[in-house]
Amino acid sequence: MAEWVLTWTTFTPLLGAVVVLCLPARAVDVIRAVATAFTVPSLLLAGWLLLHFDPSNTAPQFVQRAWWIETYRIEYFVGVDGLSLAMVALTALLSFLCMLASYGIERGVKGYFALFLLLETGMLGTFVALDLFLFYVFWELMLLPMYFLIGIWGGPRREYAAIKFFLYTLLGSVLLLVVLLYLYFTPEPHSFDMTALGALVRDRIPLSVQLLLWFGLFIGFAIKIPAFPFHTWLPDAHVEAPTAISVILAGVLLKMGTYAILRLNYGILPEATLAPLWGYPVAFWVLGALGTFNIVYGALCAMAQQDLKRLVAYSSISHMGYVMLGMAAFTPQGINGAVLQMFNHGTITAMLFLLVGVIYDRAHHRDIDGFGGLAAIMPIYTGLTGFAFFAAMGIPGLSAFISEVLVLLGAWPVYPGLAIVAASAMVLTAGYLLWALQRMYLGPPNPKYADTGWEINGRELCTLLPLAAIVLFLGVYPRPLLALQSPTLVELIERVQRAVPEPSETMLAETANGG
Amino acid sequence: MGPIDSLRWFVPELVLVCTLLVVIVVDLVAAGRGGGRSSAWPGILAVLGAGGAVAATIGVPTLGLPGLVGAAPRWLFGRMLVLDPFSVFFKVLLGLALLAAATMALGSREVRRRPNEGEFFTVLLGAGFGTMLMAAAGHLLMAYLALELLSLSAYVLTGFPRHDRRAGEAALKYLIYGGVASGVMIYGMSWLVGLTGAMDYAGIRHGLLQLAPASRGAFFVALVLVLVGFGYKIAAVPFHMWAPDVYTGAPLPVAAFLAVGSKAAGFAILLRFLHGGIGSEGAIAAVPAAELLALAAFVTMTFGNLAALGQTNMKRLLAYSSIAHAGYALLGVVVLGETGLQAVLLYLVVYYLMNLGAFWAVMLVANHSDREDLEAFRGLAWRGGAVPAVALAIFLFSLAGLPPLAGFIGKFYVFAAAMGEGWYWLVVAAVLNSVVSLYYYARVVRTMFLDQPAPGDPPLVFRIADLGAVGALSLLTVYFGVRFGWLLERTMEAGRVFPG
Repeated sequence: MAEWVLTWTTFTPLLGAVVVLCLPARAVDVIRAVATAFTVPSLLLAGWLLLHFDPSNTAPQFVQRAWWIETYRIEYFVGVDGLSLAMVALTALLSFLCMLASYGIERGVKGYFALFLLLETGMLGTFVALDLFLFYVFWELMLLPMYFLIGIWGGPRREYAAIKFFLYTLLGSVLLLVVLLYLYFTPEPHSFDMTALGALVRDRIPLSVQLLLWFGLFIGFAIKIPAFPFHTWLPDAHVEAPTAISVILAGVLLKMGTYAILRLNYGILPEATLAPLWGYPVAFWVLGALGTFNIVYGALCAMAQQDLKRLVAYSSISHMGYVMLGMAAFTPQGINGAVLQMFNHGTITAMLFLLVGVIYDRAHHRDIDGFGGLAAIMPIYTGLTGFAFFAAMGIPGLSAFISEVLVLLGAWPVYPGLAIVAASAMVLTAGYLLWALQRMYLGPPNPKYADTGWEINGRELCTLLPLAAIVLFLGVYPRPLLALQSPTLVELIERVQRAVPEPSETMLAETANGG
Repeated sequence: MGPIDSLRWFVPELVLVCTLLVVIVVDLVAAGRGGGRSSAWPGILAVLGAGGAVAATIGVPTLGLPGLVGAAPRWLFGRMLVLDPFSVFFKVLLGLALLAAATMALGSREVRRRPNEGEFFTVLLGAGFGTMLMAAAGHLLMAYLALELLSLSAYVLTGFPRHDRRAGEAALKYLIYGGVASGVMIYGMSWLVGLTGAMDYAGIRHGLLQLAPASRGAFFVALVLVLVGFGYKIAAVPFHMWAPDVYTGAPLPVAAFLAVGSKAAGFAILLRFLHGGIGSEGAIAAVPAAELLALAAFVTMTFGNLAALGQTNMKRLLAYSSIAHAGYALLGVVVLGETGLQAVLLYLVVYYLMNLGAFWAVMLVANHSDREDLEAFRGLAWRGGAVPAVALAIFLFSLAGLPPLAGFIGKFYVFAAAMGEGWYWLVVAAVLNSVVSLYYYARVVRTMFLDQPAPGDPPLVFRIADLGAVGALSLLTVYFGVRFGWLLERTMEAGRVFPG
């Protein structure tokens, strides 16, 4: 029974998509209800996984494996460990909440919900797949629904945004395909097993080739994160996508980049991860330095935005920088902070996009300077926005504070310079968020909206309050999540560090052989 | 094996030839009785004939038809034709291509109810017969004759819409290019015969093993000249120039047959020539043949994709796309081992499903609007064409190579074969090409789904019967994308060429 849990978690939404397609297109309410209902089992099963997961075991759990194509040694191989479990839970939660946030969709309801459910299967599958081929299939499976969801139900420039997203991510994933094939052919017998490949290809690929493969993977994943200079698709896609899709994009899809780097770059090519480059390890340059640059760059871009959604989109780039920095440090605090930040950013940015959606549904614009004094008109909404903004700023007591401080604590002993820059950038974050808060919510109410009687409604509150509760809970008591992930992550960075040959030992061995 | 004994192993082809003769007679009778009005009988007979040929290949135990699957490899008609798993595989694939083209033609406005409709099906059956011979030819003379049979039939089919300037121009271009290419090819064949003293593939391979090192240059020249002829059939750059015009000018069923059947037959004859006639040892190892093929693959896919970017006519777009796909398939030909051969076979099956489906979906829309340009597809999904639009989207994304569709599996194995032999630069070029190709495939999808229908665009009504084939092909495209084990086993069985 336990071995089927992940399969059911992953494929129930797909089943839902088929059911939705069979419903008559006019029964809009039924379609919405059925689609929402089909996200519930995944959510419940994810909760079950959280309860039954054994944190001390660093190997994948709830594993199910069977041959898919035996002649080519392709497997159906799924499992979760401390790295992917929180992501599975986040995906299931956000998918459910986004279903509720999608009830405003009027046109092509059937197609929308069917594609959304297909997308959920793709996302969950990517996190649970432990066979590279399967991983690639799920990874690509997300592209098609996303293209249509942005392209059909998006804003005015949706076509441009959709194809840009599609081409960028496909470019990334074909690089992944080439690397995947190379890795597959290296060991004898050939293998796609993500958990074993690291050991199988070790010592079989020269370091120079490993570096090429490493960068091939990195570019593919950096597009997803998105790291500068591969980020230009993100503001367009976010701004044009419907609210729920923005939430999924920022809340889940961006995390896939960093997740995959940890799983593939770190797990399979550890030697290249820490190979020296201009006096520092590779990870320092492309994750640490680039991550820190992302923090500052994203914050500065966010500050310059007039469009609230664009501001939130750039803030994502900034916050994902902390994840990269934490990954680069190779300290227990750093890596724990990074993965915790992935989860926290997922919940906080989801709140931000949902809140943007609430105001956009009412005003039909998102111009920050076009509001003013909303606090007087919509007190509850303003209160929630303030909460989310403070959470994004990293105010103590809310979840992002813990993860960002862990990242900085982890980075400080290794790269103090980067830690100082990253910490200082928090001022910029506070700057753009408080400035936006002031312009939109404080001051005299804009006469245009004074008598509209807008306030957030019950359904919207249902989507926001669970996230707020999680943000608050993890801000006060992050231990449960840290305890789940920490052993796996610490084992991972130790494995990477062990893979780097110690120069002295090698020399000793050579001397011994020579003698 | 002598001619009479061979007949038992020649049943599928015989079925086609007999059907062809019957169609001629039926057409005469129908024309005489109906006073020039067209009849559906030639088309129905052609469909039955093609189906019969496939059935005779696979075998129908309940009817006592033994079939050819699993028969021991052997020579037929002296050393003219070869019966081996490879040729059986292609008999099925090419028979299905013929079946599909005939069925398409039955529902095509460009073919049906035209005065010379019967002739169309006669010539189509001839072309199908030619493709089957190409896959089985084990002798240079036979290969040439089979190729010419297909070519001559194809010229006529292309020019079928009489008094249509585009079709006439296309047929003439096709004829001229084809004449030059086959002339060059037979010249190359004469060099090969001169070098080896044999015309059957086993003899050639034997002769090449004993070829003096001094003659290797001559061998390379002969090889290149022969490859020109095959390259023309599969529309590889730089012998592709006919394809866009011919696909545009020819009726859609013919374009589909050329893209699916004729191209597969071209690959069949090329693969048998390389694997059966040239082999992988001896003179071939000393000349840069693989490098030449790699270059052809690279240029073909890159050119095809770049040229497709700007197309606004669906037939033309699919023509360039099919050039690009010949390039992908050539990746597997570059690898002269068994893995490459199997990968190409798998690719051809997958390509059959998705490309045929794409042409068919275009035909459904063209039947309604009489237009094949992109504009005719605007907002298709929102004005009654949801099923063909979804199906066409599946075919196009499959052509782009996105999982979990069959096109990805095809590409994956071809890339894997090339990767396994160390052709890294070629694989990188191929995956980048896939990204480029997505742009123009997605543009069609965008037009169908993302664009709203203009006020003047007519609503479309499709009959269930029209949608059956397209729906079935799209379901198969998805199915084989997920469950490709069966397909893989079939290609592994077929991927062994009878050495003779």
